[in-house]
Amino acid sequence: MEISLTTVPRVRKARKRSRMSRTNTSRAENCDEIRSGTTDVRRLPVEKYSLFSLVKHGRRHHETWQRAWRDPSPKQSYDTVIVGGGGHGLATAYYLAKVHGVQDVAVVEKGYLGGGNTGRNTTIVRSNYLRDEAAHLYDFALKMWPGLSQDLNFNVMFSPRGVLSLGHTLHDMREIERRVNANRLNGIDGRMLDTADVQKQVPLLNCSPDARYPVLGASWQPSGGVARHDAVAWGFARAADSHGVDLLQQTEVTGIRVRNGTVEGVETSRGFIAARKVACVAAGHSGVLAAMAGLRLPIESRPLQALVSEPLKPCLDTVVMSNAVHCYISQSDKGDLVIGAGADRYNGYGQRGSFSTIEHTLEAVCELFPSFSRVRMNRHWGGIVDICPDACPIIGPTPVEGLYFNCGWGTGGFKATPGSGYVFADTLANERPHPLAAPFTLERFASGALVDEHGAAGVAH
Amino acid sequence: MLLIPCPFCREDRSEEEFSCAGEAHIARPEKPAELSDHEWGDYLFMRTNPRGPHRELWVHTAGCRRYFNVLRDTVSYEVLVVYEVGQPPPDPPGGDES
Repeated sequence: MEISLTTVPRVRKARKRSRMSRTNTSRAENCDEIRSGTTDVRRLPVEKYSLFSLVKHGRRHHETWQRAWRDPSPKQSYDTVIVGGGGHGLATAYYLAKVHGVQDVAVVEKGYLGGGNTGRNTTIVRSNYLRDEAAHLYDFALKMWPGLSQDLNFNVMFSPRGVLSLGHTLHDMREIERRVNANRLNGIDGRMLDTADVQKQVPLLNCSPDARYPVLGASWQPSGGVARHDAVAWGFARAADSHGVDLLQQTEVTGIRVRNGTVEGVETSRGFIAARKVACVAAGHSGVLAAMAGLRLPIESRPLQALVSEPLKPCLDTVVMSNAVHCYISQSDKGDLVIGAGADRYNGYGQRGSFSTIEHTLEAVCELFPSFSRVRMNRHWGGIVDICPDACPIIGPTPVEGLYFNCGWGTGGFKATPGSGYVFADTLANERPHPLAAPFTLERFASGALVDEHGAAGVAH
Repeated sequence: MLLIPCPFCREDRSEEEFSCAGEAHIARPEKPAELSDHEWGDYLFMRTNPRGPHRELWVHTAGCRRYFNVLRDTVSYEVLVVYEVGQPPPDPPGGDES
């Protein structure tokens, strides 16, 4: 200890002096590059985030950090234009550039990156879906989460703290048991818990037999958990940018140009952008984009609401979901209780949602966790989710040549972000559905091969 | 919270009394057996899902239990017109459905 105390500062000092002289020039250059704001802005090697870089910039009052991604002007044409700068769109761009070497890609976003459903969900990650097709897709995504922070060099704060789905009636329990058995056959780590196990796992939960919603048991997926949703968008954005993808924020798509059944590009608020392929990843606004290309989708857009409380001391170290009473709740690392509600029962694009929906959810929370009844809520919002008739996504081509959609994730797309981006990038690059995405094409609404996941989607709608 | 004027009860009632039965004016094809899979799938599943005025079928579940149509803006949530089933759909004010 003594040695390090005496030697380390001396080394640091020596380094600091030499660095200070360097910094002034490099910082100025950096600023110029950022200000120029054109497509040919910096192509500096992207600095790796590490403890070393944290210390390095910390010693310079954090004023010398490289910009996380460029702010380029749109080029006239790209190989692929991705519409929608949320987690799924950014992940698609990243895997297109990294895995498939397609770097001539732009992500067009009408607002800011991750400002839609990516920043509005309740951050739950799990894969305990009933049907084989869905279970394979979501489990593929789940297996990507543990390595994602390393891969992106961005801490997405994935925390596999387990996910509980409560059963309150005999019917619930039968459904849950069926789902757990199906999960185990698919190699997913589902397990049944009885009331005593649940109480042990979540001491604050009201498991008494005379509760309004008696807890008869639960399904338990220990490898599920939560991740920081903003960081997922930022991590994919930074990684995609470092592979040469242009991230165009404040650029709204106003039209999709189609000639002779083939897509030519997108009209945007910053002019026309030609593209060989257009990939729409716009969640609740997918129907609006489809209409621009003269298509209709089997999707209805509705607000799904969530809210967070004031920060509390740690009191809930897992995720508790209840399909029957429409609520799911976890505690963020900051201490806020993150509470998700059900989707509205009618279509809407207002990002607020129906008051009665949130009222029912809070009633349920107070019944399940009586000790939360006096917690004050801080913020409340809605995200526009794109709900399919079978609560499963649509991934793949459309009748318009070169136009692809990745949508319909509805109330549960966040958990699939890396997997969705991976299979969609593969679908785009090879112009055929990725094997995991093959059951989820638009074609299933003609063939009738729907993948009914309303039971496992987590939110009744 | 929507206040919906039920055309039969002739009162503005809370949305909680009603259920939304989805997009209105979707006519069941007269000869389903003659349709292709795509045409039948289009009837069953495809929706306009507009951002703006939207024609919907509602039912006054906890009231008169009768069905009626509503023209409602999905952005402002304003109930624009309420009309009975069988009446021609009104034109949305100030433009077409996108």
